[in-house]
Amino acid sequence: MTDPARDIVVMESIDKSFPGVQALKQVSLTLAGGEIHALVGENGAGKSTLIKVLTGVERPDGGTITLDGAEVSIRSPLHAQSLGISTVYQEVNLCPNLTVAENLLIGRQPMKLGHVDWNAMNRQAREILQGLDIEIDVTRPLGSYSIAIQQMAAIARALVISSAKVLVLDEPTSSLTGHETDQLFRVMRKLKGEGIAILFITHFLDQVYEVSDRVTILRNGALVGVYETAVLPRLTLITLMLGRSLTELDDINQHKIESSQHIGTEPLLQADGVGLVGSIAPFDLVLHTGEVVGLAGLLGSGRTEMAQLLFGIDQPTEGSLTMDGKRVRNFSPIGSIERGVALCPEDRKAEGIVADLTVRENIIMAMQASRGWFRHLSTSDQYAIADKYIKLLSIATPSADQPVRNLSGGNQQKVILARWLATNPRLLILDEPTRGIDVGTKADIQKLVLSLAEEGKSCIFISSELEEVLRTSHRVVVMRDRAKVTEFAGEVDERAIMNAIAGGEA
Amino acid sequence: MSALRSVFSRSRLRESRLSVPILALAVILLFDFVFVPGFFNLEIRDGHLFGSLVDILRNSTPTVALAIGMTLVIATGGVDLSVGAIMAIAASVACILIDPRIVGLNLQGDITAVVGDPTYSFVPIPIVIVASLAVAVVCGLWNGVLVSFGRIQPMVATLILMIAGRGIAQLITNSIKIIIFNDSFAFIGNGFIVLPFSLFIVVALFAGAWLLTRRTAIGLFVESVGISFRASLYSGINEKRIKLFAYAFCGFCAGVAALIAVSSIRTSDANQIGLYTELDAILAVVIGGTVLGAGGRFSLLGSLIGALVIQATQTSMYAIGVAASAITAVKAVMVIVVILLYSQQVQDLGRRIAGRLARRQAAA
Ligand SMILES: Nc1ncnc2c1ncn2[C@@H]1O[C@H](COP(=O)(O)OP(=O)(O)OP(=O)(O)O)[C@@H](O)[C@H]1O
Ligand SMILES: [Mg+2]
Repeated sequence: MTDPARDIVVMESIDKSFPGVQALKQVSLTLAGGEIHALVGENGAGKSTLIKVLTGVERPDGGTITLDGAEVSIRSPLHAQSLGISTVYQEVNLCPNLTVAENLLIGRQPMKLGHVDWNAMNRQAREILQGLDIEIDVTRPLGSYSIAIQQMAAIARALVISSAKVLVLDEPTSSLTGHETDQLFRVMRKLKGEGIAILFITHFLDQVYEVSDRVTILRNGALVGVYETAVLPRLTLITLMLGRSLTELDDINQHKIESSQHIGTEPLLQADGVGLVGSIAPFDLVLHTGEVVGLAGLLGSGRTEMAQLLFGIDQPTEGSLTMDGKRVRNFSPIGSIERGVALCPEDRKAEGIVADLTVRENIIMAMQASRGWFRHLSTSDQYAIADKYIKLLSIATPSADQPVRNLSGGNQQKVILARWLATNPRLLILDEPTRGIDVGTKADIQKLVLSLAEEGKSCIFISSELEEVLRTSHRVVVMRDRAKVTEFAGEVDERAIMNAIAGGEA
Repeated sequence: MSALRSVFSRSRLRESRLSVPILALAVILLFDFVFVPGFFNLEIRDGHLFGSLVDILRNSTPTVALAIGMTLVIATGGVDLSVGAIMAIAASVACILIDPRIVGLNLQGDITAVVGDPTYSFVPIPIVIVASLAVAVVCGLWNGVLVSFGRIQPMVATLILMIAGRGIAQLITNSIKIIIFNDSFAFIGNGFIVLPFSLFIVVALFAGAWLLTRRTAIGLFVESVGISFRASLYSGINEKRIKLFAYAFCGFCAGVAALIAVSSIRTSDANQIGLYTELDAILAVVIGGTVLGAGGRFSLLGSLIGALVIQATQTSMYAIGVAASAITAVKAVMVIVVILLYSQQVQDLGRRIAGRLARRQAAA
């Protein structure tokens, strides 16, 4: 399997530091042709940085990269591409205004008589996507499709490069559904069969075991080791990644049972037939103090729409919403914040982070918004708040003054969570709060949610991972086709929920 | 070398933003030192400080005032093309309030025949000032409403007033150039308290703007709206109100610039006052390191230095005898240089060259 003769990429003793952070210390990585190689580690461990070094986005401070036996110095992403290294980055990097076909083929459009041959281009794009089992209208703008489809388009684009010897995927599955992930894995296995080396970053350990041959583990910017996936026990993998064993999961269940004793009897929030034409069908929902309600459903089932309605991003066209027994009239984010409602949005890049602002400014933003323009938080208060949450959520950053853009994906997610915890909400709506978060922190966040519930706060927990929803929620609401279909309370039967999600009328 | 590297170091982006305008100012002053004899001479006459440097400061005051307001607008991701036209409107309002007599007469030809009394003003001067500023703020609010509630592209929205504004200014004075004889009003642009009085006004405006943005949450919200208005919206920031504020404040600054300009030339000339100053203001902000089109992080101090750079260039060009018409070309070159200095590619290149030189030095 790891015959050194077939090693395509050998990275040796790579060092890379940013001001205040040593992101990589003497890290080595080998990729063999025809293997799927997983790269795992906590948030901020240096995974994305390592692949940025491989793909020419960042230049290493030290170390060597050998490609097909010859030492290379990779100057730029374009240069990496010409060497046969294609990449799909953590954040989708395509142009939402261009059509799908243009996004796939830009730079290598088929030409006819000096003009772009649009028909040929659309046909080619359709064929490429069909290779991935995706049937969509390639002449529509990419932005009109879901993040999942956009992600698949980014992968397709990386594959278009015919001479690809190495395919690098940075958390490609974080916003894909189970079915889409299966599609992707099928494509990955096909490419592996063709002798391509695939490097695959993920926080889903199931996927590591499902698809990878070997796994490289990073911790704190250093190499822990390389292992054959098949013979590495899962608990060992977690311990190697985190540097500690993960016992919290059992605690969480206990925690949940205990916290369910404290659920209040008076409703905190009550929705009666609240709906928005064209977005979500009217639904009823009651939420008590100290209660965690999970929203389960497929991508596009209306979970996010419900969250946005409850937070006042959108105004309902029918029904009534009451909080503390008073009818809600001011549907706006600021109105919600004043009522004590917070929403940690799903789309981190567009709706969450303000990339150029510092960690501190990002954390205090919502709190400052609720205080208005003139009751300014003093700088020392701002640092106190930021430092508190950096510690509480173990956000990996050299200081509170780091622009949030420089944080690793998972740590950016934690900053958004901190922004909302800082407003001290009574109802916290979390839309995919653990996307891109490592297993250790994921458990921490789940615990945090339950502790908040014990303090009498309520939470709506949205996640595509049913397991996580079940672990944290006292009650589960199932959404399908932009409508609430049913609710499960008490001891929940996982199979019944899966059926409800999929729409199988059992 | 280390200076070069600090200009190009990404981690010190905020400081490096200031280093570009400071560097530019230093280059121009060095040029003057070499080519313009006596450029740095200062003398005190009648208790007033005189010299080219004082002239630069004094002549830059309207641009500095405009640049302060423009900084906030550009930081929200917009631009205000109408500041020159707002200046014309505010100037006309000031003049008509000081001396409305000749407008009704509809005099033809030589209006200098009406000789004025240096104490005459139709309404008290403080009211003249407040009224002109208020009108300028209303103009700014109009832009702000179009941009934030009308969702019109800032360029297009402010173009409306840019084109219509001078016509409105003409209407106010019935197309007559009103000459101001009132000395206390003229003190705004011509007076001296050792240094030109307009300097004190602009310093106060700068301090006010700094306090208003950095000692309240407004600065943070302006930057956040400029960087990502959706993320700001989700965080409870009223993005529309922030934009409205930025344009209104920009209008206010244009009003201040108008008062300085009209009181120093003592004539309401709707076709000339503030002509093309919007371009100087935008250029000053861009030199100062606030990114046109993208918005986000802004630097009031950078814009202030940017305005000085423009005025210093202009004065130096006059001093060495460059024709007024050629100065536009000089400014065009400045635009190109500034854009290059701030571009990522050039910064990367600079960093690479600096790194290579440093390595060579280390090896030697
Ligand atoms: N441009 C940058 N400037 C400064 N620090 C950076 C920069 N890019 C990354 N870092 C830092 O380097 C470290 C490694 O980041 P990296 O993005 O590689 O983590 P990761 O393993 O991909 O994490 P995640 O799972 O959260 O995506 C982090 O501490 C991050 O803050
Ligand atoms: Mg990453």
